[in-house]
Amino acid sequence: MKPDMKTNLAVLILVCGASAGPTASFAGDAAAGAAAWTKEYPQTDGSPARSCVTCHGRDLTKPGQHAVTNKVIEPLAPSVNPQRLTDQAKVEKWLLRNCRWTLGRECTPVEKADFISYIQTR
Amino acid sequence: MRTSTKTVAMLAVAILSLGAVGLALGDSDDDDHEKHEKGGGWVKSRPDVAPVANATYSAECGSCHMAYQPGLLPGDAWTQIMSPAGLSDHYGDDASLADDVRADITAFLLNNSADQAERSRSRAFAVSANPTASGPGTTLPRITETRYFMHEHDEIPARLVTGNPEVGSFSQCNSCHRGAAEGVFNEKQVSIPGYGRWED
Repeated sequence: MKPDMKTNLAVLILVCGASAGPTASFAGDAAAGAAAWTKEYPQTDGSPARSCVTCHGRDLTKPGQHAVTNKVIEPLAPSVNPQRLTDQAKVEKWLLRNCRWTLGRECTPVEKADFISYIQTR
Repeated sequence: MRTSTKTVAMLAVAILSLGAVGLALGDSDDDDHEKHEKGGGWVKSRPDVAPVANATYSAECGSCHMAYQPGLLPGDAWTQIMSPAGLSDHYGDDASLADDVRADITAFLLNNSADQAERSRSRAFAVSANPTASGPGTTLPRITETRYFMHEHDEIPARLVTGNPEVGSFSQCNSCHRGAAEGVFNEKQVSIPGYGRWED
């Protein structure tokens, strides 16, 4: 794992880079991200419906807890955990995994930008 | 920063190797590890499974669960777990990794797997792997389904583990084995939440 410390800006550009033009893809919609944060998705394997809240909680300045392993997840809010959103590879890895696990599919670049924008405001 | 991390890692590997040789000389059967640890208190107990000495593994795998020591499963089990398909359905979770990270971690696991390890408890895991759980098309192998694990835990009532809200599952080694993260699994360090010490 590379401990490269990129700026939040760089993360945003790189994560959203796959969609349309750089200006169009640049800004995520924090409000849309906030709404998507609490949206629940039924699961096909018999486990209870999940949303981002299931493991990360509603208050991003507070720690969360993994729904299966119970491991504490450090707060996502950069205001209390400045390391968040500073490592592009880490952001991409978790968005890929967690979208698949919770939504049952990968998130679109727009959805990812929205989540990041929302997290950034916390 | 990188250099100092490397130095620390190399030192750790060197120290661990020395420890492994020392234990290997004395270890002849599964019960010997208890002898080594007799007289040692909470702090002095020696790891009976080699502790994790790989920063990538600790970070990547330890972010969701205890970073289980590679010596708790044989190499072919780790190979299945670390395949892209195995990671995308990782015991019901998605644990996909970038290919370079996956290769790094796989190499670490295979170099230190139970069948490569010298320590007695790891050897027990190597010989007791459950072959029925490792056929193609079946679910991923589990430490908790090895014969050695089941034998060691067969007297623990379910209510203290799966029925215990502070534990929940036999996969949470460190809920009861207080030295689990350091590779210490001897009985002296067992303390079951809401119950206390466990003596056979």
